[in-house]
Parts: sequence; C-alpha cells; structure tokens
Amino acid sequence: MRTTRRRAIQLAAIPLSLALVASACGSDDDSSSSGGDTSGTDVSGTSGGDSGGDMDTAECAVDEVDGDLALFNWAEYIDPDQLQEFADEYGISATMDVYDSNEAMLPQIQAGNSGYDVIVPSDYMVSIMTAGEFIQPLNQDAIPNLANLATEFQGLPYDPDNTYSVPYQAGTTGLAVDTEVVGTDFPRSWSIVFDPEFADQFGGQISLLNDPRETLGAALKYLGYSLNTTSQEELDQARDLVSSASGNLAAFNTDSADELLTSGETAIAHGFSGDMFTQILETDEGTDRYVYFVPEEGGTRWIDNMAIPFDAPHPCTAHTFINWLMDGEQGAALANWNYYTTPNEAAKPFLDEDLLAFLEDPTVITSGEESLELIVDTGDFEINYSDAFIEAKG
Amino acid sequence: MSDSTARPRGKTKWLLSANAVAVYLFFYAPIILLFVFSFSDNRNVGTWGGFTLGWYRDFADNEPIQDAIWVSLRVAFITTVVSVVLGTMAALALERFKFRGQRVFDALLYLPIIIPDVTMAVMMLLFFSQGLDIVNGLFGTQAGKGLTTITLSHIAFCISFVSVVVRARLNGMDDRLEEAALDLYATRWKTFRHVTLPLIAPGVAGGALLALTLSLDDVVVTQFAAGPGSTTLPVYVFGLIRRGVTPLINAVSVVMLAASILLVLLSVLLQRRGDNAPAAPAVPAGEQPSVNTINQ
Repeated sequence: MRTTRRRAIQLAAIPLSLALVASACGSDDDSSSSGGDTSGTDVSGTSGGDSGGDMDTAECAVDEVDGDLALFNWAEYIDPDQLQEFADEYGISATMDVYDSNEAMLPQIQAGNSGYDVIVPSDYMVSIMTAGEFIQPLNQDAIPNLANLATEFQGLPYDPDNTYSVPYQAGTTGLAVDTEVVGTDFPRSWSIVFDPEFADQFGGQISLLNDPRETLGAALKYLGYSLNTTSQEELDQARDLVSSASGNLAAFNTDSADELLTSGETAIAHGFSGDMFTQILETDEGTDRYVYFVPEEGGTRWIDNMAIPFDAPHPCTAHTFINWLMDGEQGAALANWNYYTTPNEAAKPFLDEDLLAFLEDPTVITSGEESLELIVDTGDFEINYSDAFIEAKG
Repeated sequence: MSDSTARPRGKTKWLLSANAVAVYLFFYAPIILLFVFSFSDNRNVGTWGGFTLGWYRDFADNEPIQDAIWVSLRVAFITTVVSVVLGTMAALALERFKFRGQRVFDALLYLPIIIPDVTMAVMMLLFFSQGLDIVNGLFGTQAGKGLTTITLSHIAFCISFVSVVVRARLNGMDDRLEEAALDLYATRWKTFRHVTLPLIAPGVAGGALLALTLSLDDVVVTQFAAGPGSTTLPVYVFGLIRRGVTPLINAVSVVMLAASILLVLLSVLLQRRGDNAPAAPAVPAGEQPSVNTINQ
C-alpha cells in the first residue's frame, strides 16, 4: 500500500499545475517545488462553485442511507464480500474503485463531480485535502462508533478532533531481519544498516526503501533528529550517512523489499510493517525465522483515513459506512483480511491470533509509540529531500 | 513479395542473423519469463516453487478483476465502433475534398497523438467535471462520471489514430478508380460502398485494431475520466502492483497477452486478405470490365 507515497508530494504538483495551465504543452518543469497543498484551491474554486460553498456537516441520522455507496480505495484494502455485506444489510448497492497513490486520487476529487462517497487518503493527504476543502466535515452524531477509536489514534496532528477523517488502517516503517543469517543477537537499532562495523558483515545483503523521506528519515532518526527536519545541516548529515551505507546495499527497493528478504537475496530489509508481516507469514518458518521491528531510535508511522469528498452524492450513506466499519466485528473483519494495524479498539477481541500477536508484541516497536513520527509535508523543503536522496544514491 | 537483389553472404549474413536473434530474444525473453512464472507455486515472482494452475484459478475466482475486464471490453468495443466510423469519415474528408481551412483541420487532427497522456487526462478531467456541472444544472439530471465518460475520452484520442491509418491507405489508392465509377453513373454512396470502402478495408481494419488496443491499454486518461463502478483492467492491475507483484499479475498479463496476440494475428490475416484482393474489388459484374479497362 505504502509504496511511493513520499516521492509523490512533489509529483502532486504536476497535475495541479497542469490543471491550472489547463491546456497544451505542459512539461514536468511546470511543477513548482511548493507541494500541492495551496495551488489547488483555485481549481476547486472554479469547478466547485455551487456545490462547494459553506461546507456544513451533512444532516444525517445514525444508519441513514441516501443512496448507493461508491467507495474509492487502494486495491485489495477491503474484502469484496465485506463490502457486499454492507450493501445487503442496508439494501443498497456498493461499488469500489481503486487508485494507486494519494496523488492519483487527489486531482479527481478536487476537480469535482467525482461521484465518490468515501475515499481513503493517507495522513499527510488529509491535511492537503482539508486545507483545500476537498473533503467535508463529518457529522460526528452519525458516527457513534467513533468511540471505538483506540487512544493512540486520537488527537492525531493532521486532524486532532476527527473533524474531517476517521482512521481506517495504519502501519509503521522499520527493519525486517533474517535471523538465520544475522543471528538473534543484534542491536534493535538503525545501526545495523548505518554503522559500518555491523553492516559491513552483511555487505550486499541489505535493502533500503527507494524513497527519499523514508530512507533519509531513518538516517535522521539514527542521528537523533526529527524525520521532518527542515535543517539543511541535519539533512546533509543524513545524506552522507545513507551515501556511506549504500556500499553495503543489495538495492534501494520499495516494491519488493519483503520478497527479496524471504527469497534470501537480502538479510536485512527496510520496509513497511503490513507488507513485511504478510510476507513473513507466507513463509514456512514465519516469525521463528524473520523478525520485524521499529528500531529503538524510532521510525515512521503512517495512517490511512476514511473521508467524504466535498461533493459526495450520498453523504449519509458515507457516514453510515464509516460508522459500520468502526464497529468492532467489522473493524476486525477488515484487519483480518488486509493484515494492517487496526485503529479500532473494539475490534481487538475479534482479531486473528497471528495478527494480534504481532500487533500486541511489545518488541515490535522497540521504544514504544512515542518514538514514532508521522511524515508531514515540509512544503518547499520537500525538494531538498529528493535532491539529498539523489546525491546519496550517487 | 519479390526477392531483394543482394542477399547477404558469409560474415555479413552471420552477423545479421545473430543480430536478429538477439533482438527477438530481447523482445520475447521477458514474455517467456512472465509466462513461465505465472505457473509458479510461490508468491515471490522470480522464485520457482513448482508447477501450479492456482494463479489462474485465483484469477477466475477474483470478482473485482473480472468486473474490470468487462468494463474494459465494453469501453473498448464502443470506442472501436464509434472511432472507426468517425475516423474514416475524417480521413475521407481530408483526403478527397478541398475546403477552406483544410490544413488547420489536418494539423488539429494530429494533436491528440502528440499531446502527452497526462495533459490529455487533465483536460478530460476538467472537461467532464465542468461539463457535468453545466449539464446537470440545465437539465436537473444526476449524471456522473463513469463508463460513458471513459468511452468518450477514449473515442476522442482514437479518432486521430484511426484516421491516420486510413489516410495512409487512401493516399496509396488510385483515385481514378473512383472517377471511373462516377463516370459510369454510380452515385457517391455507391462509389464509396463498392469501390472506396473495399479498397481501404485493410486500413480501416488496422485502425480498428489499433483503437481497440489503445482503449484496452490506456491507464492515465482512463484514471482521470473514471467514476464509480468503472475501474478498467489496466487501472486495477496498477493498483494491485502497489501491494507487491505476485504471479496472479503474471496470470492476468498472460491472459491479456494471449488476447492481444489473437488480435494481432487477426489483423495480419485481414491485411493479407486485403493485399491479395484484386485491384478492382467486388463491383457489380456489369461494371467491372470497364473499370479494369480504365485502370490499364
């Protein structure tokens, strides 16, 4: 799921600026380096017109439906049978369409008339969409199951009061290790990839994500800085660290980091929790052989959220769907199918044992929830990250 | 086809064959790998895990993928029919008639071929979202994006491709044949039906296949013109890849590939029929001799 969400913050500017130019000869150079958050408002201003406006919350009762559900989601993020169950329960029909990145979804929603009722943007995308008024405020009275939200998912910086969004699923970024090669006695630290004394033993058997924010973020964490730093000096240090580590790398790889590990091509892999965990469970030895953890210095955490587009045709169905998924059993069915972390406290009793063991395992996040950071959009500084990453990769 | 006069010999011949083999290997080795690993009993693409048909079974059981295939086929079919008719008409108009602003129209027709996909996609996105506002405002309808908008956007770029292919064929056609038909009191329509159309048929068929493939393949424009319930196969596969490439994607690709190969074979057959057909096509028997006489 998480693949290249980062690099994309700059890419987001391309369709946006193209949209503003609106015709002919747009080249990639058009994209100004300033993220996509503000430049987009103009577009919605012109197209939204009658439908945008004041942005009141929808007048909906609990369990009220006002039409069919059109869900716009990442691929394979919900069981089609579960979606059908929702449709049957409320006597409507439900369709799901998929997008492959936040940036592919954004322009469709902001142009208006997308026709979707519920979308699933990631954390930073919620900020961008809130700022642009591309999603509508939620009527919390229609979502009583919001009370099931686990405490660690409350007060999130991008939407502290769940005014616009409700967490859908979440995960972390960390390291997965093949203990058959590395042994079990290794430090739970980023030093296993960044400290030459340790990493040199596994030259050519390490993979790092091919993602500026994630990989430089890991280096920043190792150095004790925030992974959202806007200090050029700190970033330069992180760049040098990644650059010196690259000698030991098998690859900078995002899409198949998990597969490289279990196929034996790498012994230490930087990757996303859900991907790693699913992949590890696919192997015969499973968690006896492979270990996933977020190093003691901390790492990234990401959260996908349900939100309702500003011009959703069936806002009440959308509220009802969000409420329905926040129910304990439904939340568990969702997580048991896609194997990511559920933000739903009431779902925990219904989770698969494997998944629960993984989620509750205190050794996974070595220094606890506080050591995790969400990646936030650094605006103009975003280009410095991609430049530094290109230099580090040499 | 006549043999070329100079056939390469010795070293040259050897080098040329080696080059040909290398090029074809470069083309087809990835496809063979894709095909082989679609039968691998291992989630990791690239690790052979024994033979299985499981991925094809998964594919057969996977409802979202099948829905996507139906969406793709429906869009592609309508796109092909409409863009072939409009594209052929455009080609005839530009090739056979002289009118004011012809060169401008000529140039404008090529634009959709030159414009980058992303630009086209964003234009379509804005066009449809604004257009729907206006339409819904005027008629009080609830129209939204979906199959229709995808089809319209595909037709928009396929017309150009069809007309380019058809024009190439028209260009190589002897227009004295049409004049002859007209001289013999055939109406414009009869001339078109019995002389022009049979002669350009291979071009029309080629254009149709091109339109079909372009429509089945397109991701970028489709993504932006899509609405609820209209995910096409390529768009869906793109989304799947985000979760890691499994042999399921290989299996889907093999099926898509088989369909494409079938189409290519079909087009080759059609082209061959066109080439073998007599210069003067199925004209009513009485008229045929005179046409031939003029032709000689």
